[in-house]
Amino acid sequence: MAIDYKGPVEYSIELAIEKICELLKASYFISKRSVTLLLLQDDEEIKEMVRKSEGEAINKIDEVVKEAKSHFANPITYELALERQNEVRLIIEKTVNIKKEVLRASERLSQLTMNPITGIPILLFVLYWGLYKFVGQFGAGTVVNFLEGTLFDKYLSPFFIKIAAHIIPWKILQELFVGEYGVITLGIRYAVALILPIVTFFFIVFSIIEDTGYLPRLAMLIDRIFKKIGLSGRAAIPVVLGFGCATMATMVTRTLPTKRERIIATMLLSLAIPCSAQMGVILALLGGNPKAMLIWAGIVGLIFLFVGYLTSKILPGERPSFYMEVPPLRMPSVSNVITKTFARVKWYFIEILPLFLLASIFIWLGMLLHIFDFLVGLLKKPVELIGLPPEASTAFLFGFFRRDYGAAGLYDLNKQGLLNGTQLVVSCVALTLFLPCIAQFLMNIKERGWKTGLGISAFILFFSFSVAYVVNFILTRLGVIL
Amino acid sequence: MTLTDREEEILEALWGELVEEKNQSCDISVLKDDEVIKKLADLDYVEIKNNQIKLTNKGKDEAKNCVRRHRLAERLFVDVLDIKKGLVHEASCKFEHLLHKGLDENVCILLGHPKTCPHGRPIPEGNCCKDAKRIPKKLIMLLSELELDKKATISHLETQDKVMLQKIIAIGALPNTGIKLIQKFPSYVFQIGKSQFAIDKELASCIYVRII
Repeated sequence: MAIDYKGPVEYSIELAIEKICELLKASYFISKRSVTLLLLQDDEEIKEMVRKSEGEAINKIDEVVKEAKSHFANPITYELALERQNEVRLIIEKTVNIKKEVLRASERLSQLTMNPITGIPILLFVLYWGLYKFVGQFGAGTVVNFLEGTLFDKYLSPFFIKIAAHIIPWKILQELFVGEYGVITLGIRYAVALILPIVTFFFIVFSIIEDTGYLPRLAMLIDRIFKKIGLSGRAAIPVVLGFGCATMATMVTRTLPTKRERIIATMLLSLAIPCSAQMGVILALLGGNPKAMLIWAGIVGLIFLFVGYLTSKILPGERPSFYMEVPPLRMPSVSNVITKTFARVKWYFIEILPLFLLASIFIWLGMLLHIFDFLVGLLKKPVELIGLPPEASTAFLFGFFRRDYGAAGLYDLNKQGLLNGTQLVVSCVALTLFLPCIAQFLMNIKERGWKTGLGISAFILFFSFSVAYVVNFILTRLGVIL
Repeated sequence: MTLTDREEEILEALWGELVEEKNQSCDISVLKDDEVIKKLADLDYVEIKNNQIKLTNKGKDEAKNCVRRHRLAERLFVDVLDIKKGLVHEASCKFEHLLHKGLDENVCILLGHPKTCPHGRPIPEGNCCKDAKRIPKKLIMLLSELELDKKATISHLETQDKVMLQKIIAIGALPNTGIKLIQKFPSYVFQIGKSQFAIDKELASCIYVRII
């Protein structure tokens, strides 16, 4: 269907279209009319394409475009949109009957979620019950305790250790499978008993939130704050996803419109957003200590805003703008939530299981060849500087192979009673900010390029330890007992 | 025909005595042979019986306009030109005679249709004041100035920024489309047709609406 574009009496858009169509000699993957319309709207890509295939004629085309523009007060894009809209209105008038609608209860609720006075409490409510209670306490606490503490520690691990002792004669190979960092006793145990339940619970909550249509409302609520850190409300989606898996969230930053926003979002996801696995372990570590939890959340939140603000000041580029459709609130359907959660967990698990196994093998190899001893030794000094026991350096190093791995390592340290309250806070802050896991590190490079990806990682390495040092210094000096 | 300055001043004085002070008539025995009074009577602005003077209907209209011009001139001097109050009356007396035929309306609009002169006396309403009351303050305004839940249509978009324009077009916020503002803070939320959209302050400041 073609619309007959009119424009002012003395000069119609059709006239310009006709003139340009005659000048176009090459063939394009879309009709000449479409090419012409895009040229009139200053589409850079199409202009480049036409320049390549038409050569000199582009100058004449430019002249026609200029002439056409001179007849309109507004950009031609606007004029075309107006005429199209008119056409649409005519069609709708003829074909569509619109029934009067009564104001539904969901509309009231929708307004409550968008008004900051009621919306922020609702957001906190969602975060508290969805993330803290359901994912953190129930998923990462109760369920993980059962799977790890009861299922693995009491039954599965001893069972595999026994079997390995029977069928594998060499001590070294036994270590590979069932040693302290064995494929089964560490790799599979972490993946199945720790990460799997936490991620599953996170995705259940995320799917429910997503299906209600709450995310765009969250986006409009936080747009103003996000503008201060160089992002728009649109970045709410990757940031919320980052609480699930920062690697996946970094991939989703592609949906952000400008390069500047993508860099800022990648930086913040790598630095200050703890992923669900990490979050689960951190909640488990600090869960019994509300004061420590508050300090941790406050510091990480401040760093998020501070680094975002600084980055947005340093990076050149246009200010982001925000526009988004706000769909009606809907009751999520159970089957949809289950299907989505299942698909996501499956994808995620298939992606991370090999990494966990590989990490276990690397660690085993590293132990065998004393490489890790060397690296752990290197890390000992900075770890001591931030006031942690030297054993924590192992957690930091392994943390790189999988961010949550490191958090889980701390969890083990804590179970052995090696950390006091201040040390817990400091290590949680350091670990949250610390280098992204190897998967995210690779994703940063893949999405942002070598320079930016490496730059972000180098900055984070330095910055996380500096912040941890300062936090430890202040807490110790103030004599805060947590 | 135009009245002389002195004729206008006498009409003004009569307006004060007869209309504002509500006296039935005014004794002019002292001035009974004054040429100006005679001329005003000839022109049918005043009636004189037994040394008592009254304004005719025609005279009342003319007197009202004279007073209006004088007091608007005072307002102009005080509010805009910042002349000291003591000098105001004198300056206005000269200036008011220049404010003829539409010029007084322009001054009145410029000053925002003031209701009293700097001395607190009422300024008679002109046609422009009546019009200003009848028409709502503003027909076309920024989307951000629209009251919540009030129905309006988009009148036009104002931006030369192509990227912003494309975003607004993508939402479908085009002229003659009905629009209802749902919320202003922290972002602008509005309804177009069956759909709701959230936009930031910058985009909202490109959209102008007309109240229905």
